[in-house]
Amino acid sequence: MALSAASVFTAPRHPQDFLQLVNPLSSARQLRGVVTSVTPECSGSVTIAFRPGRGWHAHEAGQYARIGVEIDGVRQWRSYSLSAPAGQDPAITVTAVGRVSRHLVESTRVGDVLFLAPPQGDFLLPTGPRPLLMLTAGSGITPVMSMIRTLVPRRPDADVVLIHSARTPQDALFRAELATLAADHDGLHVAHRYTATDGRIDFTSPADLDALCPDWRSRKAYVCGPAELLDDASQMWHDHHVADALSVERFETALLTDAGAGGRVVFEKSDKEAVADGSTTLLEAGEDAGVLMPHGCRMGICRSCLVPLRAGQIKDLRTGETHADEGELIQTCISAPCGTVHLDV
Amino acid sequence: MTLTAETTNSTAQDIGRSHTPPKARRTGALPTEGGVLVRPPAAAHLSDDDVRRLGEELDAIRDEVIASRGSRDAAYIRRMIKLQKSLELAGRVALLGSRYKPLWFLGTGMVATGKILDNMEIGHNVLHGQWDWMRDPDIHSTTYEWDFVAPARGWQHTHNDLHHTWTNVIGKDRDVGYNILRVSPDQPWQKRDLFNPAVNLGLSFVFEWGIASYDLEWDMVKAGYKSREQFDSDLAALRVKAQDQIVKEYMMLPAVAMLTKSGRRALTGALTANVIRNMWAHAVIFCGHFPEDVDTFSEDMIDGETRGDWYIRQMLGSANISGSRLFHTLTGNLSHQIEHHLFPDIPSNRYIEIAPRVREICSRYGLPYTTGPLGLQLASTWKQICRLAVPDDFDRRRPIASIRRAWASA
Repeated sequence: MALSAASVFTAPRHPQDFLQLVNPLSSARQLRGVVTSVTPECSGSVTIAFRPGRGWHAHEAGQYARIGVEIDGVRQWRSYSLSAPAGQDPAITVTAVGRVSRHLVESTRVGDVLFLAPPQGDFLLPTGPRPLLMLTAGSGITPVMSMIRTLVPRRPDADVVLIHSARTPQDALFRAELATLAADHDGLHVAHRYTATDGRIDFTSPADLDALCPDWRSRKAYVCGPAELLDDASQMWHDHHVADALSVERFETALLTDAGAGGRVVFEKSDKEAVADGSTTLLEAGEDAGVLMPHGCRMGICRSCLVPLRAGQIKDLRTGETHADEGELIQTCISAPCGTVHLDV
Repeated sequence: MTLTAETTNSTAQDIGRSHTPPKARRTGALPTEGGVLVRPPAAAHLSDDDVRRLGEELDAIRDEVIASRGSRDAAYIRRMIKLQKSLELAGRVALLGSRYKPLWFLGTGMVATGKILDNMEIGHNVLHGQWDWMRDPDIHSTTYEWDFVAPARGWQHTHNDLHHTWTNVIGKDRDVGYNILRVSPDQPWQKRDLFNPAVNLGLSFVFEWGIASYDLEWDMVKAGYKSREQFDSDLAALRVKAQDQIVKEYMMLPAVAMLTKSGRRALTGALTANVIRNMWAHAVIFCGHFPEDVDTFSEDMIDGETRGDWYIRQMLGSANISGSRLFHTLTGNLSHQIEHHLFPDIPSNRYIEIAPRVREICSRYGLPYTTGPLGLQLASTWKQICRLAVPDDFDRRRPIASIRRAWASA
């Protein structure tokens, strides 16, 4: 309120733009957070805790947030589950796999600014007390860790079984903390599965699961990890007619790329579709399909034609460079589709 | 996929200053093969093959810059933004105590410099999309709004879309004289051109308002090329922005300064800072296309334009200003107008780096590369504007009679 009144002194800039000179979290446009601690976990992982600026809302256990970092000057966004318990400052636990995660693990320092989107997601604890089964693998334990940290110390009636798969004991995230929690609280039972020595849990029959947690069918179950585990578990719960008791958290999104140039273009907001060959621009394809495409110079100079990419891959006809980042603004006048492309126009 | 200029009706051609619709339909990248029918005199010695190779060499420079953009560039623009904000803030604070004369000078200077940085090195270049690759919503062509009365979105249309596409094509590039000046001998003389020098001088004081009204494109509405609805919505946007600017600069900030008995001085400080910015921007921008050695083009000359020909038009149609690194920053690197017109969307801090290579290419292909210190370029621009105030057949010995004759036939 005071800030919007102060904008009569700063127009067209926002007062926050000037406050940013002293407070790095101040921004009228982009939620930010400052890193308060960086804690090494097991091999190749760190937990990064941060204090978010105004506009953040407290997370619930199991939710994730989009985190933006700058790599070589370019803002990159990824989603990370929040591993801190509900009611505490948020933290993410990142394993150094992939460019953004590796950057976060290797280059994050206390005091760095992260760009944020508020927490979201419906991979949440049940509203009433129920016996729970957590089935996780690798870094898939992070949202579940938030749930366990939130639930187990606070609820004497908690009844949680965690089955966590990791390659070796050294690779198992939060192993020491889980051991302490399990020792202190009767409501938590932890079973580790070390796949390097014991192999993966076999989902072709219920035998493995029966051995690890005999009453798994009567528990509310949560599964988070690699796509294979999610698919296997979904199938298993489905086959045993308890699919409703399973909540699944997926990290990976399907890529819509086909091989070769050209492809189908879906104009989401306009609810239109077109097929374009590899030398037809998205702009032309859209106009021919009757979409009101923003446009200007039509030769890649003026950027009046920028449209956000929802999904798929496009090729810059000038350079042959491809772009496939969701949300990236595409110059439609010099870009052609590579496979199926979804545009936010 | 050829760039085809539309066939213009003969009246428009005759008048020379009314305009054909802003865009011919064209799409995709310009062709690399082929060529225009007639090359401009300065490039007449080049064959289609030469032009193709020239295009490839310039494309290679662009590709190299694009591929090497990174944290160094990001740090540069962030540093500029931080400097601009600090200058603006410190300048305004100094003006609060401006009843002490040194603080008036200090404050006015800092506010003027802050505005110059905001409008030129930051605003102009951000609005070109030079920093879009960073994907930072604070430094993005679709979100940035500058401390200049012309709303950014409307300016992007007349500047990025029209001016940069049709650079110096008479009848297409409305920036050739901004509809109120005669800046090229290819524009037929009109009666009002007698006031050329006075109009130009006046414009330099109120440049931001001149550009704001120019961006409304009233002449295009009259000619039936721009809808009345679009004009009304542009005008509404300008009203809001102008009101915000006036309230901030000339009412609220001086009102606060009244608390320290500096109200009147704060007002004159803000006014002076705005005028300094106006005159500076006007001087730099006019040196970009209007010195005597710069060429203009007809629509016939760009029919069938290839990528190489397009590059040639940008080089022949622009002029640089030489100077120190600080000078280049204060001009928003528009002192590298040639490089900017070749590659409007590469980060501005790179123009100075590629300038020697562009210059070398020009000399190797026998093309002019117009440049000179600000004083000389400005003198040349003014000379041109004064010379073009009078008709082409102006007779120095009988000035009154020759103007009277032209007046009668104009």
